[in-house]
Formats: sequence, C-alpha cells, structure tokens
Amino acid sequence: MNSNKLCLEIIRMSGTDPKKCMACGKCSATCPAYKEMEYHPHQFVSMIKNGEIAPLMESESIYRCLTCFACVERCPRGVEPAKLIEATRLAVVRQQGKNRVTPDSIPALLDEDIPQQALVSAFRKYTK
Amino acid sequence: MQRIGVFVCWCGSNIAGTVDVKQVAKALESEPGVVFSTDYQYMCSKSGQDMIKDAVRDHRLTGIVVCSCSPRMHEATFRKTASAAGLNPYMVEIANVREQCSWVHKDIIIGTQKAIILGRAAVAKVNLNAPLTPGESPVTKRALVIGGGIAGIQTALDIADAGFEVDIVEKKPTIGGKMAQLDKTFPTLDCAACILTPKMVDAAQHEKIRIFSYSEVSSVGGFVGNFTVSIRKKARYVNEDICTGCGACVDKCPMKKVPNEFNLGMDNRRAIYIPFAQAVPKVATIDPNACNMLKNGKCGVCAKVCTAGAIDYTQKDEYIEEKYGAIVVATGFDPISLDKFDEYAYNNSKDVITSLEFERLTNAAGPTQGKLLRPSDGKHPEKIVFVQCVGSRCSSCSEKGKEYCSKICCMYTAKHAMLTRDKYPDTEVYVFYIDVRTPGKSFDEFYRRAVEDYGVKYIKGSVGKIVPEGEKLVVQGSDLLNNRQVVIDADLVVLAAAIEPDKSARPLATMLTASMDTNDFFTEAHPKLRPVESPTAGVFLSGACQGPKDIPETVSQASAAAAKVIGLLSKDKLVGNPCVASSDELMCNGCSSCERVCPYGAITYEDKEFRMPDRTVRVRRVAKVNPAVCQGCGCCTVACPSGAMDLRGFKNDQIMAEVDAICK
Repeated sequence: MNSNKLCLEIIRMSGTDPKKCMACGKCSATCPAYKEMEYHPHQFVSMIKNGEIAPLMESESIYRCLTCFACVERCPRGVEPAKLIEATRLAVVRQQGKNRVTPDSIPALLDEDIPQQALVSAFRKYTK
Repeated sequence: MQRIGVFVCWCGSNIAGTVDVKQVAKALESEPGVVFSTDYQYMCSKSGQDMIKDAVRDHRLTGIVVCSCSPRMHEATFRKTASAAGLNPYMVEIANVREQCSWVHKDIIIGTQKAIILGRAAVAKVNLNAPLTPGESPVTKRALVIGGGIAGIQTALDIADAGFEVDIVEKKPTIGGKMAQLDKTFPTLDCAACILTPKMVDAAQHEKIRIFSYSEVSSVGGFVGNFTVSIRKKARYVNEDICTGCGACVDKCPMKKVPNEFNLGMDNRRAIYIPFAQAVPKVATIDPNACNMLKNGKCGVCAKVCTAGAIDYTQKDEYIEEKYGAIVVATGFDPISLDKFDEYAYNNSKDVITSLEFERLTNAAGPTQGKLLRPSDGKHPEKIVFVQCVGSRCSSCSEKGKEYCSKICCMYTAKHAMLTRDKYPDTEVYVFYIDVRTPGKSFDEFYRRAVEDYGVKYIKGSVGKIVPEGEKLVVQGSDLLNNRQVVIDADLVVLAAAIEPDKSARPLATMLTASMDTNDFFTEAHPKLRPVESPTAGVFLSGACQGPKDIPETVSQASAAAAKVIGLLSKDKLVGNPCVASSDELMCNGCSSCERVCPYGAITYEDKEFRMPDRTVRVRRVAKVNPAVCQGCGCCTVACPSGAMDLRGFKNDQIMAEVDAICK
C-alpha cells in the first residue's frame, strides 16, 4: 500500500478527521508521555494529514503513547490524536510478523508488581 | 384572464451555468395566461428592467413572473419596476431558480426541469393575483435604546443630536457597560474612563435623552413606527430625584461583605452602593439581597445619615409604558463561565484570573488601586502567563466553549502584556497563542511592539494544564515552533476567556420577535449590506450583541444604527405590508383559534350584527385583524377550522394553484 492510501486507511480506522486540526498544540501541551515520544501527538495529526506515515510507523512513539486520552479530552476541535496514534499502531501490528508482544515473551515479563491485567491488555493491544 | 410576461434571468453564469435559460423561457411560453417570455443576462440591471417595462407596454401585460434569484434579494427591485411600468407591484412573482436550482444542482437537465416547474408554479399564482394596496401608519418620533454601554450611549447621542427623543434602558444601576471596567484601550492606550465618562455625562445632560437605569424592558408590543414598550424600573430603595450621590450612606452601611460585581468579586462593597465614582446617574442603590433592613427590618442606618432624605425602604418596582418608533438593541457581551475548563484551575486558584479581572487589577479605581498584585497573597507577580483562545474556536466542545473567534482577545492580551512589561520591567511575561489575529488599523504594529520593544515572550502553542503548587502555578504547555513541551512556574495566569452575548439577549429577542443565531448573537438583515438592522422591521443592532467587536468597531456600528433610526424617524408615515390576513365574517365561527396562534397579537374579536335570511338579526362573535400589526405570517390561516381566515397575496387558492402546477 502506498503512503497516501495507508494514511487514508489509518484515518478511516481512527474515525477522526485530522483536517479539523487548527494547530493549537493542546494535545502536546497536555500529553503526560510527551518526553518519551520521538513524534508528539500534534505531529501525528499533522504528518498523517500530509500523508507522511512511514516515519511514524517505524517510531517507538506508537508504543509510548499511554492511551490516556487526555489529548482526546482536551482537543478543542474534536481531532482526537490518541485515536490516530492507536490506528497507526494497529496498522503496524497487523502486518505479518509485526506482533509487538509474543506469547513466549510473557513469562519473562511476569513481575509481582505488574498486575496481570496489564499484561493481558498489553497483549491484546500489541498483537493482531 | 391575466396577460403574463415571463422573464428568465441568467445571473451571468450563476443561473445559466446549470439551468438552460432558453429552454425555461420556451417551456413557460405555453403556460396558461403567458403572452410573452424571454431571457436576459442580468434582469436586475437597468437594461433588464427596461426590457420588462417595454414588454409591459408592448404586450399589455397584467402580471409578471421573474425567474431569478431569491425574492429576498430582488423582489423589491422588480416590484418597483412593475410600479414604474404602471402595474400594481403585487402582480409580480419571483421564481427562485438560483438558490433553489442552479446553486443546489450540478446536473443541467435536472436544474432546468426544476426551474421550469418553479416558473410554472409562479405563473399559476400570478393568474390568481389581485392588485394590493398597502396601508399607511404614523411614526412615533422617539427611539428606545436597550443597553447603556458604549454602543447604546453612542447610538443615543447620535439620534438625540439629530433632534429626536431617545430613552436608554440599562439594567445596571449605572450606564457605562463593560468599557467602564476597562483600564486602557488598544491600540492607542487611552484611558477608558477618560474617553468614556465624558460621553456618559453628555448622555445624562442631553435634553433629548432620558436614562432609565436599573431598569429592564418587560414587554414589547406593536410594530415598526408604533412600538409600545413596558419598562420595569426596579426598586432601588433610593429616590433618584433627591439623592445627591454624596456617598454618606455607603460609608456608614454596616453590611461590608457583599462581593463587588463591578470589580468582578475581587473586593467587597456595601449593601447600599454606587458602582463607581463616575457612575451616571450618580445615585445610590440598595441591594435587596444584602440589606438587613429590607431582609429583616433591622438597621436603617442609611436613612438616618441621608441628609437629603432620599432613602425609601417601601419603594416598589414601577412600570412605565412608552411609545417608540424604533428600538435599538445594544445588550453587549459577557465573558463565558470557565467552570467547565478544569485544566486551567480557574476555580482552584485565586491567581488564575480572567482578562477582565486583570483589567480591574490594573485599573487605578480597581481593588488594588492599579497596583498589579496577586489576588491570593497581594505579592507582586514575577512571572505571568497569558493564555489565549480559552473557550474560543472550540468546535468540539460546544457545551464548554464557543465555536467562533472572540476577536478582541489577541489585542487586549498584547495590551496587557505590553503594559505589564512597561510598568514592571522585572516581570517575565509569556503569551501562549494559536494564531495572533490583528486585522485592524495600527493593530499589528501594536502587537509587534509588545514583542520587539517590550520583550513579551510569545509561545506558539497551548497550555495543557495548570497545577497550583505551593505559591506557584505550574503551567505545562507546548512550544510548537521548538517542538518541545515547556513547564513554567508562574505567579499569575491570565485567561483570555471567550465572550458571549449577554444572558438578557435571548428573552429580549423573543419579546422583539428578532432573530438570533445559534450562539444567541442577533442576526442582521443582511450580513454585508444591512449589518445594523434586524430582519424585524424597526429593530436595529448596535455593538457586541450582533457579534464580537472591539470599541472602534462598536462605536462605528452604533453610529450606523443611529443613522438608520434617524432615517426611519424622519418619515411622517410608513407604508405597510398589504399581504396581511383577513377574515371572512360570514364563515367565521368565533372559535378563537386564530387569536391563540397569532404571535403578534393582531387578532381581536368583536360582536357583530348579521341580518339573517328570515329578516331577523343575530349577533355573532367574529375575528377582526389589525392590518397594521399583522406581519402576514399565515399561522391563523392554517389554524382556522372553518377556512374563514385568508392571507392577502398568499390566498389558499393561490397556494393550491402553485402546488397543482408543481404536481402537474
């Protein structure tokens, strides 16, 4: 799939419209994971709008987003950046061999401090 | 039988692009009654109108159908043309083939078909049209201005200077409005009070102006030229005519903890108060919710100290009824409530304030005598963050903010930032902006001065959250140009809250039957060509009640509204609308259905004697329409169960003929 087509597919999956963005930067202002991310919420909106999807798909940023939806809650234009990030992540893990978490890797991650539910949801989120 | 002429307009390519005008003209040629049919590029132009006049003469036309734009645009134009050609103007019908055909259809075949159908309906109607003659009504040569801010004051002064009497109704105890609360005004930095208070005094001293302060409009009846308005003068428990405004009562009043609304609650006033030193009228008002004497019958200090004997605890609301020829709405604006914007901590910290509160903090007559001090601890703030577009341009949060740009915030924030840096150069000033919008004379230069000469730090981005931590406010925001998130430990945060129409505007619009948009701003009759008139005849718009405006724009619009009022009041008689309802007395059964649905109160009932076939006389109750009050809305014709009510120019058989023509 070429980059533009992929972007349209990601926009369709997210159910949101990056064209509504007025570049206020409130998503990146509110983001608690900002410093962990190479590409920030406002860049996801802007780059997907412009059809630049490859760097986002290769970036670790899609796994750094906490999906806390603070950006969705605060966005004054209803653009919902977290949904675009989520759709980008889905587009990556749905590719063959691109599961982020495999069943084999789970035992090593087991830790008394991590609730099992977190592992279950991570598994659900990061695999096809 | 009518002799009808059909004139199909191209409107350049506006209509001709999607409607085959030649085919329309040809198709309508064979309709019953049509004796002439043609098309032309611009029917509304002089040569187009001449073409109509020539056709009326050459073909002895008795009716005209113009297939053109909306009747709202050019019906009046073509009626005048008909008049000039010797026809009754109400023998003209417009088929709207632009807004309803060419602008909404892309396919020329469909557009043309629809244009022919609409033309056919118009022809069917003209076949049943009858000449109508409008009545005349006198004009009461007095204007009412609702709202006593800068808009209302300017409108009143201009009308009064032209020699007409004007009454200003202001709900607060003093005129002056929002401008009286401001410190300096952009872009020239004149002191707001210095330029406003002379105007307030002019209004008070003008022999043609009466000011009803602390009063509200309670009902409006009548129509253009002949409004009857009831004004409720709220009891202020002080005799306005005797009070000298000396302030002795205010000094002695023991109720000291009443939040002062003029300073937006940042300090307290007494239960008896004069809003500010230059108030007009300068008389005291007792707040009935705070006064111990009015609530519990205990105290009476103000009456004891008043040497003029002006205090009157028994005063009641007073209703004044007055007639007016024109009404100007100047109800102004208010900043929106920020209760729903949790991220800015407005309700959690005293040091997060709105821009209007900042105006009071820097105003010499404000709670801090003009010293910029933090509301929480009275310390001088060293770092101030200004946040723009708080609640403006919110398309997704209509329950929280407003979809529109509030227009004035960019400039007043630049002013606040600049003045802070000027007076307190040690203060660091940050402004978070999305766009800086400065279209206006000397506006952008002003903003650039704030940046270049005064060192205000503008950050392109938004504030995501504000958390009070100890004495500081931790402001987390985005700096988009540098692609980073910034955290500023500020002492004071100023929010540029969106503005919205005053809450009194909506009920007032209902009373005036004036239309509003979804944001409760009054709608103008035409956004470009009639910007200061409401679509309701005789109602005019001044200032921010029509849309966000700064002071220069408000004053221009206020004078424009005044010019329109003067134009109306200088007429001795107004020509009415002949398309009004009338009742067929023989069919009316006196059921009152029409009276109940009439939104204008135009229908009354009378007992009338009828001679019966057996030569007896019977008295029956029948409906009677006041043609001067009727606006021709047609509600009564639909409600009438016996079919007695009909609307001239839109009679039931005319409308049915149109429907038949469309369905043919």
